[in-house]
Amino acid sequence: MKATKITWSAWGLIAITVLYMGFLIIAPVATLIQGAFQNGVNALWQSLQAPALRQSLWLSLQIALLVVIIQAVFGSLIAWVIVRQNFKGKWILNGILDIPFAISPVVVGYMLLLLFGRNGLLSPALDLFNIRVAFAIPGMFLATLFVCLPFMIREMVPVIQNLDRQQEFAAETLGATSWTIFSRIIFPQIKSALIYGMTLTLARALGEFGAVLVIGGGVQGRTETTTLYIFRALEERRTTDAYTASILLGSFSVLIVFLADWFKRWQTRKSQQSVG
Amino acid sequence: MEISIGQTQGKARWPALIIRVISILYVLVMIFIPLVVIFQDGFRQGISEFWHQITLPIARHAILLTLWTSALMTVINAVMGVITAYVFVRYEFPGKRLLNAIVDLPLAIPTLVTGVMLVMLYGPQETLGRFLSEKIGLNIIFAPPGIVISLLFISFPFVVRAIQPVLQDLDLEQERAAATLGAKPCVIFRRIVLPALIVPVLSGSLLSFSRAVGEFGAVVIVAGNIPLKTQTAAVYVLGAVESENQLGASAISIVLIAISLLVLIIANTLHKHWGVHR
Repeated sequence: MKATKITWSAWGLIAITVLYMGFLIIAPVATLIQGAFQNGVNALWQSLQAPALRQSLWLSLQIALLVVIIQAVFGSLIAWVIVRQNFKGKWILNGILDIPFAISPVVVGYMLLLLFGRNGLLSPALDLFNIRVAFAIPGMFLATLFVCLPFMIREMVPVIQNLDRQQEFAAETLGATSWTIFSRIIFPQIKSALIYGMTLTLARALGEFGAVLVIGGGVQGRTETTTLYIFRALEERRTTDAYTASILLGSFSVLIVFLADWFKRWQTRKSQQSVG
Repeated sequence: MEISIGQTQGKARWPALIIRVISILYVLVMIFIPLVVIFQDGFRQGISEFWHQITLPIARHAILLTLWTSALMTVINAVMGVITAYVFVRYEFPGKRLLNAIVDLPLAIPTLVTGVMLVMLYGPQETLGRFLSEKIGLNIIFAPPGIVISLLFISFPFVVRAIQPVLQDLDLEQERAAATLGAKPCVIFRRIVLPALIVPVLSGSLLSFSRAVGEFGAVVIVAGNIPLKTQTAAVYVLGAVESENQLGASAISIVLIAISLLVLIIANTLHKHWGVHR
């Protein structure tokens, strides 16, 4: 269809895009991979063996998984309420939900410090029950929860909007219980979005840095997540350790997001085929 | 047609009510209370003290640096985002699918890791970094260009992904008709394509701006923490927290929150009123 005259400008635009993405995204990623291997595979292997890295990975994973579980439940509930229920002040609820996306992670950590810190608003109550939140794992968990809040909801809202309600009404007319309707009709339709949202949340939770730094303090062996381990390794000029942990964390996050994306597309294709 | 059948407005059944109350309480406790606490803390010694804190030379510089680097990023990102999305939707070339998947990489990579990667590429001890600083005199790491580049990396998907679906839905017939009538490609782009893109570009850009203003992980690695030079507002807050300057930390935090919220509200309004129908 296109005249031959346009091809030159087309190739120009393609070249600009490829060059820009090459410099901005591909070059840094390639450098990271190359950097982790620059001192040989042995140095890389040694970095992976570091007990502090292991501990930090384990802590990151624990916090992230707990956040994902809670977010899956509450995110789906909130998305359901936003789509299916009408009440006064719903627009406020809807508007507030994007706030964690826009607030700086440092500020998130600091807000929690104001609530749970030594002179925090809730410190008398916490002292009474001898609970430590700031500079401890519960605080880091709360910070990660805050930061990850919108992901699940934004993933679920369009899917719930697109649910075919005729099926629900039909099932209800035929006497199905709420649980049957949920497990047989609703859940199969929201399954892939649920998994995708959980994966995004997991990647975001594993990569959280600013908020857990402020509220957790990054004490080695106690409140050090993988990102905080990388930060400390950089400050102590152990570059190979920092690069190794970075590539580990980065490639894991990329891998799970791509897998989830692939899963989502596979599911959509499958459902389209079964319909058509 | 399906709206009229079963909207359970008015009287909700009690399970629905419970879900609603839980949702509202969860959001209230998680988001609203921390926000109230920080505003109360920042203004606890009055507006003049708040103003004093944010106009201290170091604080003011940090805020201004954050704003201009974010704004510069937003402009570059908007232009490159439009070009990238246009190329992806309109042209076929080898490697397109891979490149299209790479657009989402910044969403998956932790921002701290982004900072590490950029330091490895442009750092003063690295090949490219040394070349740029010795031959061209351009320092990227521990300087504002590094901040802009790291923000560009993080924000790249926002504009591209906002425009791609709009471009896909755009009516090709109009463009073909214009071409038949002898319009030049740039005229077609300006008169037909661009008007349809303005709203998604604006809302995507504003979204990336509000994110960039608060960015910490990548910036703290790439820019370092040099007051009056490369210290951004988020890094300033960290310093204030660590030196127990509570009033300063709260005041700058409020400024950051206010900017992000304002921009976010504008972006959402744009999206809601002009976004979907085009």
